[in-house]
Amino acid sequence: MAKPAINFSRPFEVVNDWINERSSIAEFNRKHLTEYYAPKNFNLWYFFGSLSLLVLVNQIVTGIFLTMHYKPDAELAFASVEYIMRDVEWGWLIRYMHSTGASLFFVVVYLHMFRALMYGSYQKPRELVWILGVTIYLVLMAESFMGYVLPWGQMSYWGAQVIISLFGAVPYIGDGLVEWIRGDYFVADATLNRFFALHVVALPMVLLLLVVLHLAALHEVGSNNPDGIEIKANKDENGRPRDGIPFHPYYTVKDIFGASFFLLIAAFIIFFAPEFGGYFLKPDNFIPADPLVTPDHIPPVWYFTPFYAILQAVPDKLMGVLLMGAAVLILYLVPWLDRSPVKSIRYRSWMSKLALFIFAVAFIRLGMLGLSQESSTFELRFWTFLYFAFFILMPIWTRFEKTKPVPERVTH
Amino acid sequence: MIDRIVSMGAMLLLASLSLQAAGKYGDLDHAGSNVFDQASVQRGATLFVNYCMSCHSAEFVRYQHLVNDLDLSEEEVLGNLAFGDQELSDYLLAAMRDEDAEEWFGVVPPDLTLTARSRGPDWIYTFMRSFYLTDDGWNNTVLEHPSMPHVLWELQGIQRAVTEQREASGGEVRTEVVSLELDQPGAMSPTEYDRAIRDLVAFMEYISEPAQLTRKRLGIWVFLFLSLFTFISWLLYQEYWKDVKK
Repeated sequence: MAKPAINFSRPFEVVNDWINERSSIAEFNRKHLTEYYAPKNFNLWYFFGSLSLLVLVNQIVTGIFLTMHYKPDAELAFASVEYIMRDVEWGWLIRYMHSTGASLFFVVVYLHMFRALMYGSYQKPRELVWILGVTIYLVLMAESFMGYVLPWGQMSYWGAQVIISLFGAVPYIGDGLVEWIRGDYFVADATLNRFFALHVVALPMVLLLLVVLHLAALHEVGSNNPDGIEIKANKDENGRPRDGIPFHPYYTVKDIFGASFFLLIAAFIIFFAPEFGGYFLKPDNFIPADPLVTPDHIPPVWYFTPFYAILQAVPDKLMGVLLMGAAVLILYLVPWLDRSPVKSIRYRSWMSKLALFIFAVAFIRLGMLGLSQESSTFELRFWTFLYFAFFILMPIWTRFEKTKPVPERVTH
Repeated sequence: MIDRIVSMGAMLLLASLSLQAAGKYGDLDHAGSNVFDQASVQRGATLFVNYCMSCHSAEFVRYQHLVNDLDLSEEEVLGNLAFGDQELSDYLLAAMRDEDAEEWFGVVPPDLTLTARSRGPDWIYTFMRSFYLTDDGWNNTVLEHPSMPHVLWELQGIQRAVTEQREASGGEVRTEVVSLELDQPGAMSPTEYDRAIRDLVAFMEYISEPAQLTRKRLGIWVFLFLSLFTFISWLLYQEYWKDVKK
């Protein structure tokens, strides 16, 4: 007599049914993966959103393991990092994954933001997606700044000193505000301890919440695409966008490919150039923090240097700080500064293309100037002017430029 | 099309930015040390414990690390590289007490664990070869008026400075060191001494980041694995997208 065939999938089906009778996970899965229709013409630029998520997860997981060995104490912090690098099993790998991840986070986020500027992803109806995104960027800056203080090297210490002192420019309450942030009369143990709390508990929670909201807002309106066409405007008889494909499996497999290529680059840095020529880990940060010895030059980490350059372009401290703040906050206004009837740069005139190109060059050039101590004031002001001109003049050229006709269906 | 050109331009600018990573100090000689040359690192270790550790510590390095990484037995490390009754779990601490150091030199000598990362190998290499004797004692062309005397002078010999009167842009005349000359030979020839310092630098590079020995060897395998993984995920992507890209 033949034995009955064993049905291996039976136990999974039972568990699956049990869960589905008690939750809406299946519906969530449909809404956000298998029946979330994304435009089929995403190009290279559309990898950076999912890559940001990947880096965020990396930062959280490696961060948890670092927290197990790190000591947030001015006397012990520096030594505990070296302990992680030497005596903790694979501690060096976890630390380099975290430090390299921090820089790569900004690389992918900057490219992600540039993509949005290029294809008008902030335009109606995606203003909220953009606003949440800029907020994520702001929180990320605070998160990385506080994380940079934790190794308690000379750059950690003096970088914190410089950045916190910027709050002293606030009229009337400046000095008190600076003292309140530091928790002491100078950057000290209290500062390190509170930055640790904010870096590992408070800000990651805010970041995660914002990322959930960013994705929820995106999935409500659907993704933009390089042609800037609303794919929901053209649906088939089943109510599915003709130019859309289910996110899963199409974009999950594509993003796995993107992620593995990204990991290849990340691994190269982690294993062969974790300091990245002094850009990701600065030489001076291998000297323990010393409140009595001020380094000759205290440049911020590369991802802050464009804004640092804008600060330096103005001799007055308060004006400099205001201008630097404005440089970041002006991003919030972009959905309303852009008056163009078309989204994507592909169907705009040479004016939009030139403006975006100049903006990109200005941002990178400011980043280079912010690293150096001997940047000429003229050059600092010239590029700062161009940076702001991009935003301030945007309503003018976007309203008057001659746009090209947008096709009905997406192109590849 | 234009978005592709713009992106290419941005990438190129980023690349040029990363190439700007230039050295922090000018005019340093290239150390040419090799942290993977175990014999060199071992010779450097001997120099380090015999000369540097009279005053300097390497407070994050344990003797056990040297056993693990430098292919030395426990007896060799404790017998040849440690003095007194140290144990393998002990850190490489200076023979001199901090209070004495402050009294004798005015400063506590800096810890040397991470000097190869903060100053760089070339800096150490050049510094250790640039001491010269003046009427006021030792000076150094890399670090002017160092608190540290030339500890290795018996090996290198005594160098003296060849100076020149030069007019600065402001019109003031300054004496500048143009080169160093060996005035009195030491126990080593200049070539031997350079090699000894190269060994010392290799050891200091090793202690600055012991993980680099594992990191670089393992990195190749990680890179190969990820290359293969990327290729397979690309095949999977092509397979799934066949029907989309019609």
